[in-house]
Amino acid sequence: MDRFRMIFQYFQSNSESVMNGICGLLALASVKMYTSFDFSCPCLPQYNMVYGLGIMFVPPIILFLCGLILNRQSLVMLEEWRRPQGRRKKDLAVIRYMCSSIMQRAMVAPVVWIVVTLLDGKCLICAFSGSMDPEKFVGFANVSTVQVQQLLAKVPCKDDELMRNNTSRKAVSRYLRCWSQALGWSILLILIIAAFLARWLRPCFNQATLLQARHWSNYIDVEQKIFEETCCEHSRLFAHKCILHFFESMRQEIKLHSFSVPREGDGAEGEEDLLRGITDQDQVNKLLKTWYYEKPPLDVSQAAPRH
Amino acid sequence: MDKFRMIFQFFQSNQESFMNGICGIMALASTQMYSAFDFNCPCLPHYNLAYGLGILLVPPFILFLLGFVLNNNISMLAEEWRRPQGQRGKDPAVLRYMFCSMAQRAMIAPAVWVSVTLLDGKCITCAFCTSVPVETLGNASHPPLSQGEVQRVLARIPCKDIYNGQQLIANEVAVRYLRCISQALGWCFVLLMTTLAFLVRSLRPCFSQAAFLKSRYWSHYIDIERKLFDETCAEHARNFAKVCIQQFFEGMSTDLVAARCHLPRKAPADAEKLLGITDRGTMNMALKSWHRCKPPLHLHPPVLPTGNGWAGEGQPPTHPSAPRRETAAYYSWV
Repeated sequence: MDRFRMIFQYFQSNSESVMNGICGLLALASVKMYTSFDFSCPCLPQYNMVYGLGIMFVPPIILFLCGLILNRQSLVMLEEWRRPQGRRKKDLAVIRYMCSSIMQRAMVAPVVWIVVTLLDGKCLICAFSGSMDPEKFVGFANVSTVQVQQLLAKVPCKDDELMRNNTSRKAVSRYLRCWSQALGWSILLILIIAAFLARWLRPCFNQATLLQARHWSNYIDVEQKIFEETCCEHSRLFAHKCILHFFESMRQEIKLHSFSVPREGDGAEGEEDLLRGITDQDQVNKLLKTWYYEKPPLDVSQAAPRH
Repeated sequence: MDKFRMIFQFFQSNQESFMNGICGIMALASTQMYSAFDFNCPCLPHYNLAYGLGILLVPPFILFLLGFVLNNNISMLAEEWRRPQGQRGKDPAVLRYMFCSMAQRAMIAPAVWVSVTLLDGKCITCAFCTSVPVETLGNASHPPLSQGEVQRVLARIPCKDIYNGQQLIANEVAVRYLRCISQALGWCFVLLMTTLAFLVRSLRPCFSQAAFLKSRYWSHYIDIERKLFDETCAEHARNFAKVCIQQFFEGMSTDLVAARCHLPRKAPADAEKLLGITDRGTMNMALKSWHRCKPPLHLHPPVLPTGNGWAGEGQPPTHPSAPRRETAAYYSWV
């Protein structure tokens, strides 16, 4: 529990950490989605390619858009980009920095999906089994063209009655899976090398500009958060004052119109004060009705309540 | 437990986080409902379509309405919309903002249901199994059957154990075909929803950012004001009740003293806390009296017995403006 709380607090402490946390969660969600998705190749000549490539490329687009939506900083960046200049100049380097960091984080989950898909192999087998050269495989070599297309399309479906115990099917499957996994590992290697180089070589170029951009992007983020918190706090105080004024004005009305005798008894005073002069059922009903029908104006500057 | 409490506190800290939390819970509930639901295709020609599309479209509608019902702000929106203008003007932009944010949150659980349903494939398989293209997928050499017969055979596709059309079209082929279509629709639907959400979120700062900030502030204000007012009223009710009950007990104690002809015994140290009621019979009498004849909701005269039905008569009222009936001493000016 303590560890969980520590991790939670660590991620909350810094907005960059929060974004990294979201990025990681999306990557995990991407893997989970893939494993829980029931991949079911149609095993029909034209449909295979569309299905296979669709499953490989459409969810990454969705994950990319999700990464952009869930990232608070993308909104901050857009606001900074579109705001009128006013009295504060806009620094394009900051906006570029924010944009690139958002994009980098949003790209992680789609890349994870594509790599997992390739390493698993089902998508590529489904998409490209129909494009295999039948001459290379014994079982499909001497079959008519139309038939061979049908047969090759059925390769991804292990349980199909034509394909059960067909050694050529297994051969095609293995071949495609080998290619798929090789592609997956190569992409992973290239991306890791690129990330490594980017991180190592970055200090060699424009380090000062980078530090400035990072500082100001963090500043804009923090300023936005504090502004929202201040607005919340302000509206709370405003509401409090408004309600107090309302009760006060009700008390004034009651004093004006009722014939109550000044009360003796000090014990009752403290509590009566808390009651703000509203001491019976009709008064309370009147108060509630007035609250609904005539809300007080949004103006707490006047000292005396309304009459 | 601690983890749960921490997560709960995090969500409660901020009104919007709380609503997002409810939203997430409903989305999870929606997936859980789907996996717990026992889908049972009727496998009859016209019923399939109705059942399949019903399962696809009716629960999202229910979840959408539930999203509104569970949202506390709906009553706030309705109240703000219907209140008389009075001394405070109404801003339609604020109402629109509140409605839009509620509708967006309520749309998530239905969208999750539809996506999960389409990606799973059972609904579409059930609904459209009679529309499978038999000419392309099936066996052309099969002896021709009448249209009705073909429909009946195809309708049994989702029910593998009673399917008898293996010569017409293989069950696995048809199921794979329908499932492929269903999953493609599912992914396209998810892509469409995500794109819409992205556009809505990213185009807003480009237009009307100032109006947005204003609407957001005032909608938060209305919410906070309502909560504070409820708290103030609750506190007032508590104090009211305290004083009322205190006066009731004082009234009882005064009556007792007046009715009894002997002085009470030497009271114990905390006699004041007992308010003069020191034995079972008296307590029973007090409780019965409280039930039969509650004091009026009128706190001004603290010294009077307030007509609680006790046999011993109290003193007559010392001033005329405190009536002994259960109505107010407050005169309306309306």
